[in-house]
Amino acid sequence: MRLLFPLVLSALLFSLGVYGVLARRNAVLVLMSVELMLNAVNLDLVAFDVWLRDALHAGQSLALFVITVAAAEVGLGLAIVLQVFRDRATVAVDALDELADPDTADRHRRRSWSSPRVAGSDDVDLPRIGEGERL
Amino acid sequence: MTGYEVVFTLLGVVAAGSAVLVVTARNVVRAALWLVVTLGALAGCYLVLTAELVAVVQLLIYVGAVVVLLLFAVMFTRAPIGPASDLDTGNRPVAAVVALGTAGLLVALLVDAFRQAYVEVASVPPGSAAAVGAAVFRTWVLPFEVVSVLLLAALVGAIVLSRPDIGTAGSR
Amino acid sequence: MIAAAWLLPALPLLAAAVGMLRLPRQTLAAVAVAGTAAATVLAAPLAVLTAGRGERGETSHLLAPTGAVDVTAGTLVDGLAGVVALMVCLVALAVQVYSVAYMHDDSRYRAYAAEVSLFTAAMLAVVLAGDLLVLLVGWEVMGLCSYLLIGHYRYLPEAPGAALKAFLVTRIGDIGFLVGILVLGLAAGTFRISGVLAAVPALPAGTLTTSMLLLLLGVAGKSAQFPLHTWLPDAMAGPTPISALIHAATMVAAGVYLVLRLYPAFAAAPAALAVLGCMAAVTMLLGALAALGQDDLKRVLAWSTVSQLAYMLGALAVGGVAAGAFHLLTHAAFKALLFLCAGAVLHATGSVLMSRLGGLRQAMPVTYAATVVGGLALVGVPPVSGWLSKDAVLDAAWHAARGEPPAGVSRWVAAVVLASALSTVALTAAYMTRLVLRTFHGPPRSDAAAADPPALMRWPILLLAVAAVVNGLIGARQTWLPTWIGSPDERTGVSAATTVIAVLLAAGGALLVAAAWRLDPAADPVRLLGARVAEALRAGLYLDAAQDRLVVRPVLRVARLVSTADTVLVDGTVESAGTGSQRLGRVLARLEAGNVQFYLTGLAAGAVLVALAVAVTA
Repeated sequence: MRLLFPLVLSALLFSLGVYGVLARRNAVLVLMSVELMLNAVNLDLVAFDVWLRDALHAGQSLALFVITVAAAEVGLGLAIVLQVFRDRATVAVDALDELADPDTADRHRRRSWSSPRVAGSDDVDLPRIGEGERL
Repeated sequence: MTGYEVVFTLLGVVAAGSAVLVVTARNVVRAALWLVVTLGALAGCYLVLTAELVAVVQLLIYVGAVVVLLLFAVMFTRAPIGPASDLDTGNRPVAAVVALGTAGLLVALLVDAFRQAYVEVASVPPGSAAAVGAAVFRTWVLPFEVVSVLLLAALVGAIVLSRPDIGTAGSR
Repeated sequence: MIAAAWLLPALPLLAAAVGMLRLPRQTLAAVAVAGTAAATVLAAPLAVLTAGRGERGETSHLLAPTGAVDVTAGTLVDGLAGVVALMVCLVALAVQVYSVAYMHDDSRYRAYAAEVSLFTAAMLAVVLAGDLLVLLVGWEVMGLCSYLLIGHYRYLPEAPGAALKAFLVTRIGDIGFLVGILVLGLAAGTFRISGVLAAVPALPAGTLTTSMLLLLLGVAGKSAQFPLHTWLPDAMAGPTPISALIHAATMVAAGVYLVLRLYPAFAAAPAALAVLGCMAAVTMLLGALAALGQDDLKRVLAWSTVSQLAYMLGALAVGGVAAGAFHLLTHAAFKALLFLCAGAVLHATGSVLMSRLGGLRQAMPVTYAATVVGGLALVGVPPVSGWLSKDAVLDAAWHAARGEPPAGVSRWVAAVVLASALSTVALTAAYMTRLVLRTFHGPPRSDAAAADPPALMRWPILLLAVAAVVNGLIGARQTWLPTWIGSPDERTGVSAATTVIAVLLAAGGALLVAAAWRLDPAADPVRLLGARVAEALRAGLYLDAAQDRLVVRPVLRVARLVSTADTVLVDGTVESAGTGSQRLGRVLARLEAGNVQFYLTGLAAGAVLVALAVAVTA
């Protein structure tokens, strides 16, 4: 088999993952796109390992490790996403702009996609980072 | 086109197609499910490439655990179960351009570099799982152990992150 | 003695410096009077030495060796300087004594007395200057003192404006004066007056005429000649003793003195003399006409001064140097006298507007008599001093018109001067008669209890009245004044023809006004000329308004334009550097939108572009 097949597929998957990371609003969808990118890399690693007939199987081993680390990363990432959701009742990544320059104040908070609000939370007085609240 | 190539092409089309659907679906849950398809197709690709262990691990962990975790997160964050209109930011056109650029660059680079490369799949000795396993537990045992520590750390960190009464005790 | 001539300006200067200290009022008055008296005591023997015995002296100190034309300072004392210095000292002394009583209830007497002393020092510096630059310094200091003293009454709304106007108008003349001095000095290679006069025959005609014309600008400004005459009537907002000293006898005479001093240079530039003659002819008539239409006593005298100064300059233009100097000396006495009488009237009744005065003859007999004496001198009725000097002027003009030497100008210029001088005689008589009649005769229009002024004011008036009569004795010998001032070829004589014509003209003017006044003693005789004419005369033939329209308003407009340009362009540039940076900062701050995907997009796009660049160039 021509090596180009897996390589091109991997490149396409990677680009799709880049698109997803940059274009999706929901944080979970962003994480899914990150998974796409990681899988593309895995495919590359495996393809090269087989092509080079590596005796140490470095490529496949690294692919296994990538899968493991990806799993860990998804776990932690989702923990953060859940924490954000608990604080803000939204997981839209463009709603998290506290570090913006105060002059630009692009405060178009789109919290609409998580339509039913968390009970007790409201629009005003979004808690700020550094107020001693949980992060 | 050899048989391997045909199969790989089919699997590749499935993988790429469902990946497209992952990043463009209007429905979060559907996106997660298309991700399952993508990951599964990739596992098939691994099989074609005779990387059996990786394929199985992919299915077990990615499809079995990661996607489930993602679906759990989708539920916990009250994602709308039906189609939602605001899943894409205004960044879409720029992101598309950047993605196209990345794709074009990578593909051109790879094609230019590996035009003549050929993987002798047929001549790979069977039982690569055993060989890979041996490699992991011999040559790569230190990264293996480090990764397991990493997993532990991630576990602990996830728990700390998600439980409000742990980690801030003493500052309240 | 002559070498100590520098003391003459130095003593009043010292009095001015001492007079600025916070001393009791009596001491200040004593210091001021003493300074001027000391100068007078020195000036008298100096005049005798220089004028009487014909001695002259010159001192010179090198101040700054510039390598091109050195700057020196020194004195030049000759008969002309001695005589004029004595006149200045006497008038200044009279005014200082008068002021002690006149300003007895003024809260700023200290500044006033010091400024008058400073002024006296400056005028004496001009008179005794041996260098054009020293003369310039004295000239400018006089301008400064004039500004300060005109604006002395801070509570008068018109005083600051009048002071500024005087300063600015004379300043315009002074620009020409300065440039003229520089041209003359650089061309002659020295600023010493004697050196300049010695170099006159060697100077090219163009340079000489240009510099003389420029100097004439300064003369016109300082001596209130057309077109720079507009400041003198408004300067009457200052205290009356100041009007007497500065604006009648001394500062305005400085222009005439300059022409006298540099006469050899002027004589060598006939074009300049012709311009001077025309200027004088126009101003003579203008001043007399405007005087006819004024209601304010002091303004009548101010316009009269303008007219009489034109007489002096006209005489100089037609070559009558001694006649001009003679009129300068007599005018100082009788004009100062008239101003001091006006001050007495103001002091007694509180008003100088003739429409509010009248019938003061019985209440103020001394003032009345003094005014009549001064008026006769002004009109030039024999045997008072003014007759002799005015007649000398007419005579000089007559001879020049007939083409006899030593006229410096063409015959027709002299003829113009003569014609306007004769007309002015009639007009002078007319306005002076009007003044006396309206102020002292007729029904009283004011109900103030008028009385003759106190002693300290009365004695200067009396002394000046005597001087006004006796000054004419200077012309008793026709050769006296010419030799004194150093032009021995002239004669200050009177001729029967000019005397008769002048007296007839004067009588005609006076009788006309008297007859008009008889018709209604309470009203202004000038009203018979019609309301429009009377208004035009009162407004100085609208020259003030013309000056305002042509000069003042455009300058103010340009000033406003410049100010706006400064605010908008200069300040705007500076400020826009700040605001522009801020705006740029705000634009760039949009990059910090806080949106992670935005940052990542930038990163990815940048990486792709860099990779592309590498791929393409490799």
